[in-house]
Amino acid sequence: MELKRILEKYPKRQDCLIDVLLDVQNTKSTRHLTEVELARVSEHLGLPESHVFSVVSFYSFFSMTPRGKHILQVCRDVPCYLNDTFNVHETLESMLGIKTGDTTEDGLFTLEYSSCLGCCDQAPVMRVNDTVYGNLTPDKLRAIISECRSDDDA
Amino acid sequence: MMREHKLITARIGKINPESIDDYLKHDGYTMLEKALSMRRIEIHDHFEASRLRGRGGAGFPVAVKLMALAKESRTPKYVVCNADEGEPGNFKDRYLMENNPHQIIEGMLIAAYATVATEGYIYIRGEYANAMRIMQKALDDARERGFLGKNILNKRFSFDIEIRSGAGSYVCGEEFALLESIEGKAGRTRVKPPFPTSVGLFGQPTLINNVETLATFPSIIDMGGKAYAEIGTETSTGTKLISLSGNIKHKGVFEVPFGMSMRDIIEKLGGGVPGGHKIKMIQLGGACGPIIPEYMLDMVIDFERFEEFESKTGAGAIIVIDDRFDVFDILRRISAFFEHESCGKCTPCREGNLHMLKTVEKFVNYNATDKDLNALESLARVMHQTSLCGLGQTAPTAVISTLHYFRFAYLNRIEESNIEEAV
Ligand SMILES: Cc1cc2nc3c(=O)[nH]c(=O)nc-3n(C[C@H](O)[C@H](O)[C@H](O)COP(=O)(O)O)c2cc1C
Ligand code: SF4
Ligand code: FES
Repeated sequence: MELKRILEKYPKRQDCLIDVLLDVQNTKSTRHLTEVELARVSEHLGLPESHVFSVVSFYSFFSMTPRGKHILQVCRDVPCYLNDTFNVHETLESMLGIKTGDTTEDGLFTLEYSSCLGCCDQAPVMRVNDTVYGNLTPDKLRAIISECRSDDDA
Repeated sequence: MMREHKLITARIGKINPESIDDYLKHDGYTMLEKALSMRRIEIHDHFEASRLRGRGGAGFPVAVKLMALAKESRTPKYVVCNADEGEPGNFKDRYLMENNPHQIIEGMLIAAYATVATEGYIYIRGEYANAMRIMQKALDDARERGFLGKNILNKRFSFDIEIRSGAGSYVCGEEFALLESIEGKAGRTRVKPPFPTSVGLFGQPTLINNVETLATFPSIIDMGGKAYAEIGTETSTGTKLISLSGNIKHKGVFEVPFGMSMRDIIEKLGGGVPGGHKIKMIQLGGACGPIIPEYMLDMVIDFERFEEFESKTGAGAIIVIDDRFDVFDILRRISAFFEHESCGKCTPCREGNLHMLKTVEKFVNYNATDKDLNALESLARVMHQTSLCGLGQTAPTAVISTLHYFRFAYLNRIEESNIEEAV
């Protein structure tokens, strides 16, 4: 079982909690955590469930609701805004036919905002799961989305 | 001709960051060797003479923290590298991690030797997946070559480093929140004192420094503290990495000596504003920093000047904003950032940022009155004075600075709002 294998990689120490949770969430195509998983993590690390829950609700990386396989996070801070000549966000909304915070019906994409991604030298910037894409243009957005789609067919 | 002063970035572009052999070929880890041959007190003397100040924003004297940790007798002691870099407009720590990871490790080793610390952590924001991968490889390679682990370079000195990932929370860059986060908790600050050098990670004595600060340590051992202090100005010694972004031709990281003017950085290094536009304002330091008008660009990069703004301006971001942009549209984004990132532990920040955002939006929407202006002014003051940690204290800096330098914009907007006073 996947969860068991992940848990066994980590020593039973509280300071591994965030890394364990990230690992569990990132291996799932729904990129979210369930109550059962939180219970198992707390059992493994010997922590109260309430503690694990408070950590999950504090950090914006964690989600308790299922999300798309590809999470598009568009940076909305000032250096990106200053270089956003075509409105990255609205362009994505119309390309995907969803609003911010929503997931496409096929479960492929979730559209989110992000705080500064620390790549302001490539503004405007977005992140798709762990990969950052900068110097965005409408063409680039189309290419990124079709690449995600074809990944899924493979 | 104005140029960069490449001291801590000298190797960048010459080495493959993923090759420890390249780093060694360029005299990598020789400053660790040199430090290990010195007496600890000599090392401290060099840091004191260097007058190096922290590069994470607050500019605290490095030698003071090093000495405080060295004096602690409780063990284990920790060295923590703050690589959370979440302040909008800042990306120099990512640049260092991705392009010169071993120099950061070498700096941590020098700090550990000088303070007799045995364990290290690098706390990297979760968004920096690539930097994390490169740092992890560098740690593995360094360990394999005997630069980390037991009896380093056959000396009675042992030290090892682990990486911890953030998970999308700006406030975790604040040192106490960061410690909480490494411990596997929500990143909420602690009440200080005690300071981390006496009660830090897992309750033990801990040194926390910024990536750039630590990457400077090998240069200080190399040149000696006195020679280092000759670079820069009287009040701010050495070089500073500047993250240059916004409406600027050459965006990127530049290493300059303290004392260079912002105009030179923007025009000579950054190539000025593209598209025939003019600079209207710049934001200094990141979202927590002041917004100042074009006519102040002759101001030089110096901690003493930064301190006038009572924010963590010292991280070295310059965000250039040209004349197409409206000051309130900028402020709205800054307020939204802080409203989102507040940890909610104290009221002035939790409630204050929400009110600030709503009031700024009134100005954005041509819906503001004199009352809103007054409310904004007192709200900003209260947040600055009564918030528990630096986030809430510096969140209103941009508003406070624009109330000062762009007051006419507020007054014009109120006039243009034309609201009927409620009866
Ligand atoms: C809200 C907030 C966020 C911060 N973020 C960072 C950060 O991302 N990186 C950093 O080095 N320091 C950050 N700091 C400053 C740290 O608290 C601390 O002063 C710094 O890590 C000390 O290292 P230095 O002396 O080398 O600068 C932040 C402070 C506050 C209040
Ligand atoms: S100032 Fe803001 S971020 Fe800091 S403790 Fe208070 S609520 Fe949390
Ligand atoms: S503001 Fe978008 S990456 Fe920094």
